[in-house]
Amino acid sequence: MGLLSKKDAKLITDPLADNNPITIQVLGICSALAITAQLKASIVMALSVMAVLGIGNVVISLMRNIIPSKIRIIVQLVVVAALVIIVDQVLKAFSYELSKTLSVFVGLIITNCIIMGRFEAFALGNGPWKSFLDGVGNAAGYGLILIIVGFFRELLGSGTLLGFKVLGDSVKKTGLYAIGYENNGFMLLSPMALIVVGIIIWVQRSRNKALIED
Amino acid sequence: MEHIELFFKSIFIDNMVFATFLGMCSYLAVSKKVSTAVGLGAAVIFVLAVTVPVNWLLDQYILQPGALGTWLGPEYADYDLSFLSFIMFIATIATMVQLVEIVVEKFSPSLYNSLGIFLPLIAVNCAILGGSLFMQSREIPTIGLAFNYGVASGIGWFLAILAIAAIREKIRYSNVPAPLRGLGITFIITGLMAIGFMSFGGMLTGGDDAGKKEETTTAQVETVETPTVTEVTEVAVEVEDTKELANNTNVNE
Repeated sequence: MGLLSKKDAKLITDPLADNNPITIQVLGICSALAITAQLKASIVMALSVMAVLGIGNVVISLMRNIIPSKIRIIVQLVVVAALVIIVDQVLKAFSYELSKTLSVFVGLIITNCIIMGRFEAFALGNGPWKSFLDGVGNAAGYGLILIIVGFFRELLGSGTLLGFKVLGDSVKKTGLYAIGYENNGFMLLSPMALIVVGIIIWVQRSRNKALIED
Repeated sequence: MEHIELFFKSIFIDNMVFATFLGMCSYLAVSKKVSTAVGLGAAVIFVLAVTVPVNWLLDQYILQPGALGTWLGPEYADYDLSFLSFIMFIATIATMVQLVEIVVEKFSPSLYNSLGIFLPLIAVNCAILGGSLFMQSREIPTIGLAFNYGVASGIGWFLAILAIAAIREKIRYSNVPAPLRGLGITFIITGLMAIGFMSFGGMLTGGDDAGKKEETTTAQVETVETPTVTEVTEVAVEVEDTKELANNTNVNE
């Protein structure tokens, strides 16, 4: 188990910045926005997608030479659906409240464009190890955006991170609340997720001029 | 009466794009021109109108706990096949989309050509699967209401993509900062439109009976806002305000 070769390492680092699935490839937006009001939900969703995408990429890559081209979408859907059912059952078993928070969005991982997108773009044409790395890398890029959005939404919206009151107690008026700071309840509502992602895109493209559309 | 209520609720309050962000990928990709947006929106309405009732039948007679017992015989009443929902829903959706593709190709070749790759991509559009999953989690009681929900959700999605396509066509003449051009400004505009649609939240909260019915028939799907607020904060003035705001937008779910 040596270090990954340079090319393999690129498979993981590229989606974290320059080829980010959400902000550059424009995939996987739906679930990125809806469940990020809590940081914990974002982390769990990111890990679920990583599991499904990593294992799914390997399975499709192993089968890539025997899938007839006409039914490949159906085969991909079946593989993803089966993996998502497993993830959903695991979540329901070990973390029931969180699975209620995520509700239908665990099921919607099936239609998460990142998964089908990476199957088509990578797993169908590459070997299993590389596909696994690509899957993990893209899921990591997706997870990074989710965590950033979840971080700001939870911090500014309820003054907590992962449930811990980091800005002080809003009831007893300790910490930051003592000088009059109030939680921005609006951050917990859905439209702010869109605007936070827009700002992330703004920051990313300002730093890397090559990504600007014309 | 509940048909009309569900119809308007699904278009404006539970709008698929602005309230639950379903179908965002194709929403962002196809909204560069109004004509393609209209075509895709119409296709989504049609597919939702077909798949939600069919999936309702599947859910009612095969997937729900005890459902098999109603028509196969009482010895099957213990089976709970709800874990198969994902696979069965996505299978019917893929089949129906294939059917829609064949029908559209036969009856309107021009529409078929203008939609191009996006017609088969509807099968993996989160809006379609989301429509069926929300139908299941909100326990919609009859097939008529399921059809109503499918059509109304489709109309809501259609409204959203039409509006953003029209805005994106106009915004090409504005001075958007370079890093925001294209994708970034679309996100921010969609966020502002979502805020605008929140103003519909008070539309259906009239009357005691209406309020009671909402709580019993729906509210299976808890959106994240309510758990965050109740879990993390204690009862306090600012919390009450936030809860009011969140509750007012979610009271009809």
